[in-house]
Amino acid sequence: MAILGRACLIIALGLALYGAGASIYGARARKQAWVESGRRAVYAMFGVVAIAFVILIAAFIRSDFSFGVVVDHSSTTTPLFYRATAAWSSQEGSLLLWVFLLSAWSSLILFVLARKGKLREVAPYATAVLCGLGGFFLFCSIFLANPFGTLANPPLEGAGLNPLLRYPSMMIHPPALYSGYTLFTVPFAFGIGALVSGRLDASWITSTRRFALAAWFFLGLGILLGARWSYSELGWGGYWAWDPVENASLMPWLVGTAFLHSAMIQEKRGMLKVWNVSLVLAAGVLAVLGTFLVRSGILDSIHAFGASTLGVPFIVLIAVMALGSIGLVIWRRASLRSEHRLDSLFSREAIFLLNNLVLVGLCFVVFWGTFFPLISEAITGDKAAVGPPWFDRYTVPLALILVLLSGIGPVIAWRRATVSKLARYLAIPLAVGIAVPLLCLALGVGHHLEALLMFGIGAFSLTVVAQEFVRGAGARRAMTGDAPPAALLALVRRNRRRYGGYVVHAGMAVLFIGVAASSTFHNQRDARLSPGQTTKVGGYDVRYVKPTFSVADDHRNTGAIISLGAVLDVSKNGKHVTTLNPSRGYYPDLSQGPVSRFYQGESTSEVGLQAGLRRDLWTAIQPDTTQIDRLAAEADRKFPNATPQLSLFIAGTLAAGYARKPPPATFRVIDSPLVTWIWLGGLIVVAGALIALWPAGLRARRRAPAGYGARVARELGRA
Amino acid sequence: MDFLLVLMVLAVVAVVVAWPLYRAARPSPGGPPEVEALEAAKDSKLREIRETELDYRTGKLSEEDWRAQDARLRSEAADLLRELDRAKGKEG
Repeated sequence: MAILGRACLIIALGLALYGAGASIYGARARKQAWVESGRRAVYAMFGVVAIAFVILIAAFIRSDFSFGVVVDHSSTTTPLFYRATAAWSSQEGSLLLWVFLLSAWSSLILFVLARKGKLREVAPYATAVLCGLGGFFLFCSIFLANPFGTLANPPLEGAGLNPLLRYPSMMIHPPALYSGYTLFTVPFAFGIGALVSGRLDASWITSTRRFALAAWFFLGLGILLGARWSYSELGWGGYWAWDPVENASLMPWLVGTAFLHSAMIQEKRGMLKVWNVSLVLAAGVLAVLGTFLVRSGILDSIHAFGASTLGVPFIVLIAVMALGSIGLVIWRRASLRSEHRLDSLFSREAIFLLNNLVLVGLCFVVFWGTFFPLISEAITGDKAAVGPPWFDRYTVPLALILVLLSGIGPVIAWRRATVSKLARYLAIPLAVGIAVPLLCLALGVGHHLEALLMFGIGAFSLTVVAQEFVRGAGARRAMTGDAPPAALLALVRRNRRRYGGYVVHAGMAVLFIGVAASSTFHNQRDARLSPGQTTKVGGYDVRYVKPTFSVADDHRNTGAIISLGAVLDVSKNGKHVTTLNPSRGYYPDLSQGPVSRFYQGESTSEVGLQAGLRRDLWTAIQPDTTQIDRLAAEADRKFPNATPQLSLFIAGTLAAGYARKPPPATFRVIDSPLVTWIWLGGLIVVAGALIALWPAGLRARRRAPAGYGARVARELGRA
Repeated sequence: MDFLLVLMVLAVVAVVVAWPLYRAARPSPGGPPEVEALEAAKDSKLREIRETELDYRTGKLSEEDWRAQDARLRSEAADLLRELDRAKGKEG
């Protein structure tokens, strides 16, 4: 099957090259048959890449160790779910996933547009761009990171999946992230197509807007899942570290957010054409840059799983995309002039413009901080990195402004707002926004200005959204006489984009409140404790009650054979609060001796977590295995040919010995408020994005414009 | 076996991709790009009229401002409809 898989990649590369050539030829020579043939090449590319992808996944599921990539990233002991998803933990598999998703989205947009007969002048050039990108990733797959490389003498066992990745959401995180990256290439390709063909009206934005929104949704979901994984699995207790790979996914998301707002201005007013096309092109380039950062290993990151063989081709691709985009925008600058000017600085357009500047400013800060090690190395020869305090210094004020604007945006009218109306509209949200930080001060929360400001601004924004729903439903009730729930439902159904957006704003406010509270008011303590000893953190007494161990009891189904842990009793003012059970799972390393292999492999934290709406109590343990390691090495020498059963028995006996006479263990204990708000806020954002993405029913879509169309047409008849 | 499967894939791919080059040309749906741009602008304008009305009904605009904006938007929509008719007439 490896031969078929590799052949499929080669055929797909041929199809990508043909698709690009046929589409451009068809567009230039105005031969529709060639354009259609080029489009069908994309469908065919999707088909053959899907075959290759299925072959690779099947090889992982069957533990077919004739595939080199399966040997390196899976094993028979890896649980089935992780075997099925281990393909994209490898460089080779993740590139194949990229091109699979790219060809899927490309086929979808081209199919939809062809069926509706839309963007006929733009689509061929966009097809060529999508084929070019697909061709690049296929080239990398075939010549630089071939997933179908086979071994002449397959081993009986593989190395297994990186234990850190054995976490359910971590297996969904890469496809979500890559869906975001690849979906951003769709508006990128159509932006290029619009520039090349000169069709620079809003129709290309309207037709690809849903893809840009889907890209934003998936990228955001991927970022959220990654943060959750970091919090629950990495054992350091945080959810965001300004790591280069985290930043790489954040940059296109920020630019995409800016585009989703400013695109509305071009659709409504024919303004900001240069800005919009630049944002779309930047999001596309940043999406490829994000993939490059994960896969090249050029910047040190806990999330980077790639080697550096892909560095040069990626740099060439990114340079071509960036310089080509800039060149095209300059070439078409005359056609990109705005059709209108801002009516008033007191309008939603102006707020959107401001929000765009803040978002792009945030992106620039993240970009500079991320690439600073490379910049400093180029200038001084030393690779100096900037840490979280540097990022916080610039991103915190910008985030405050952003949340404030997300509250003002919904209440201000398009074109020109009425000042008196706005003042009346903002009265309640402003009152709430001022009251909340004052209340926090009165309750003795603390005197952290930035956090208090975020609580106030977040509360302001949430009140605005609540008020929008109440007023909207009230207006609907007044028109139709519906009951309140029915009026609310009808309001959202008829204005999905607007009210889905408001839900997203509410989710972001909740999320930022959670970030502000948890990063400002958290208490952390690292302590080395023996059983019976207690440490204090944030008013809690955490007592190490007793050690725990388990052998061949993999209840979390991660493949860890032995785990060592602890029972921690948490109390406050003498009252029992909760019991936590942090542990550390040990994954066998078959290259070690028969007993020490159980302890010398990789190990991961299983955190003990008590999550709540008000606060999280988070604990991780680092057991001291010095004694076990010494005894295991001794057992290796005594029983060099021990059977697997005997080896496991001895390893288990050592674990039991550890529990009987436990050495002191190192604990990290964190008391952090409102962390759950971050995940809740993320879920609200996801819900809002789904509302905005959900297609309106055909009847509703026809009904709305037809009613107004008829009214305008009547006026036209009278004119 | 693998070789046969590769040949099958190649054959299917060749048929799918080459089919439009050998069959008789079909009229494609949709109008010329100018009509498409005008249709998009018209839909956007009608949506704007509706959103402006929602802004008024939810209290963001005074009646006076709404009426002025609504009249202007309707006039712009009327221009677009006129242009659209002209473009469609040219097409027909």
